[in-house]
Amino acid sequence: MQQEFTLSIFSENHVGLLNQITTVFTRRNLNIESLVTSESAIAGIHKFTIVVFSSREEIEKVARQIEKRIDVIKAFVLTEDEIIHQEIALYKVPTRTLLNGNEIEKLVRQYGARILEITEEYTVIEKTGHHKETQELFDKMDQYGVVQFTRSGRIAVTKAKAELLDNYLRKAELDKQELN
Amino acid sequence: METQTQAKSQEKPTGTIRMTGAEAVVRSLLNEGTEILFGYPGGAIMPVYDALYSFQKELHHVLARHEQGALHAAQGYARVTGRVGVAIVTSGPGATNAVTGIADAMMDSTPLVVISGQVGSALLGSDAFQETDVVGVTQPITKWNFQVKKAEDIPYAIARAFYIARSGRPGPVLIDITKDAQFASFDYQYEPVRYIRSYRPTPKVDHEQIKAAARLINFARKPLALVGQGVILGNAEQELLDFLKKSGVPAAWTLLGLSAMPSDHPQNVGMLGMHGNYGPNIKTNEADLIIAIGMRFDDRVTGDLKNYATNAKVVHLEIDEAEINKNVHADVPVLGDVKQTLPLLTETISQGDHSAWMDEFRACDRIEYDRIIREELAPSKKGMTMGEVIHKASKAFNDDAIMVTDVGQHQMMASRYFRFKQTRSVVTSGGLGTMGFGLPAAMGAKLGAPQRQVCLFVGDGGFQMTIQELGTIFQSKIPVKIVLLNNNFLGMVRQWQELFFDSRYASTELINPDFQTIAKGYHIETVKVTEREDLDQAIAKMVAHEGAFLLEVVVEKEGNVFPMVPAGASVSDIRLE
Repeated sequence: MQQEFTLSIFSENHVGLLNQITTVFTRRNLNIESLVTSESAIAGIHKFTIVVFSSREEIEKVARQIEKRIDVIKAFVLTEDEIIHQEIALYKVPTRTLLNGNEIEKLVRQYGARILEITEEYTVIEKTGHHKETQELFDKMDQYGVVQFTRSGRIAVTKAKAELLDNYLRKAELDKQELN
Repeated sequence: METQTQAKSQEKPTGTIRMTGAEAVVRSLLNEGTEILFGYPGGAIMPVYDALYSFQKELHHVLARHEQGALHAAQGYARVTGRVGVAIVTSGPGATNAVTGIADAMMDSTPLVVISGQVGSALLGSDAFQETDVVGVTQPITKWNFQVKKAEDIPYAIARAFYIARSGRPGPVLIDITKDAQFASFDYQYEPVRYIRSYRPTPKVDHEQIKAAARLINFARKPLALVGQGVILGNAEQELLDFLKKSGVPAAWTLLGLSAMPSDHPQNVGMLGMHGNYGPNIKTNEADLIIAIGMRFDDRVTGDLKNYATNAKVVHLEIDEAEINKNVHADVPVLGDVKQTLPLLTETISQGDHSAWMDEFRACDRIEYDRIIREELAPSKKGMTMGEVIHKASKAFNDDAIMVTDVGQHQMMASRYFRFKQTRSVVTSGGLGTMGFGLPAAMGAKLGAPQRQVCLFVGDGGFQMTIQELGTIFQSKIPVKIVLLNNNFLGMVRQWQELFFDSRYASTELINPDFQTIAKGYHIETVKVTEREDLDQAIAKMVAHEGAFLLEVVVEKEGNVFPMVPAGASVSDIRLE
């Protein structure tokens, strides 16, 4: 069964890692819906958050093959119920559409969006939320003419207490001590 | 090259030595115990070649005739010695020519360290002369790769490369070094790498998995062990024999698992897969337990996965977690190095006896012998078969040579009919199926095991893909025995055309050169056999000859390899004709 998965991948912060990770998807002809890279809570460790539609069976294989890359520390396969996630969207509309009636202002209030900048020519509005929410706002605002729109990839944290990686790092530290 | 000259470096009181990046490459290789490397010089790697000139006594460089040859030779060396094969190439075309060998090593888990020169760091990304993004190109086909732009990073990069190449499931690693990093001087110090935070090469053994696997083995009535290269890579041949002895389980092998156990072992039931033996294929779907030992259920082994091991539970002993459930679901995965897990398993299982089940395999052997093998090894027809040549060669080498093959019909025939007494006796391109692999791989194998006979079987197609390496054999005096099975066809493709494409022989017939003249051009002793009555004598001559030898045997033009599991068919549908 195809469903949405969020992969949380932790790695060392080296050149070329993004390519190493994405080729695993490319080989299996899997389309990446969204991808965000950032630092994690652990110093020196980088985090990739990737959203993809796949089957449970396939995504587990993908995760193992990603983990196999030397500089990847761990890849976790997460579903919607295990994470809190957000995306951010920016909408640029001509300022005159704001002035013609108060529809856009209403939408901003209704959707909990905020205005980042207003010039004589354009206004930039920002909304964070789930994909569905930012899309809904886009559909409504587009009636008044959105001239530019962009949406970030998904960022997510798990509902688990600590970073999922902590256990792994503790074990790795023990392995290292065993060696010495 | 001339006699050894003095190394240019000077000892410094701090324990470090001041030297160039190029010399650091050579010193690092020596620190890792490298004795031989295969390569081809060129602009961007010249500083390292210059440094090699000073270390000719310590480090034997074999000059190939093409980078692909250098890579396959390094593979051959690695496969017979169990050590890391080292190859060195220049930037751009040098590195891209190495790509096939790197991909081959990746598929067949062969430990390699490949050093490639790169244009100066200031030129990177500018489409400079002989610049290729080698790190990008080789990223999906290396276990790890890395670009070095500073001389200081060379020792660590090479230490890491060797550690990664040989640990866990081995594989190829590429280190790309810019020319300025080779020229720059720095204070050298070498520290081997034994730990990488993000890398767990060998999973910890889980004793619950061992117990669960032992339970399945104890209760199985028709268990079948599948022996893969993991046994050889883990040096676990004795552990395998101990396991087989106590369990009484029949054992079949994959192409790369060949020679892990002796050919005449009483529980050896033969080869798995597309051109494997009848018994182990047909019995896969009768078995109630499959014990996979260091193998990866390649599609050439399993055929149609939906109809594979249909009545069996699966125990999978494997070092690479990504292989578990990749192709075949493992009811009980046993993660770890088989060197560790096999003895634990042997200890835990009870003494088994499966002689009645073994007899069923022997009955299959008789069917296969009557229907295929007898005619292949002692043909009633006029034309010589590949099988009879291989069979005779094996005997002439006392069933104890290292067998190297190229890819195609002769490869399958050689795997079926050459026999072995000791491990690490097979060098063949399994996963990638690289034509042209054989000749250079045989050179590396011979250099890795100079005390053993190395017998290459090669077809007339694959021979011509890397035939230039005859030059290396001549220059470096590598005494390999080459058996060219010449049918003037790309035989395996022709066989498929006959069976599946209505005998439409599209681009498979070869009009060949006179291989005798070519061998003579390289001053390699050679004999051509066209009649069966001359075969024994020619083989005897080859075996006795001290140097390199080419034995060309003109075999029947349209011979086929059987049995055969057609691509995509179930192992139960194995065809005997």
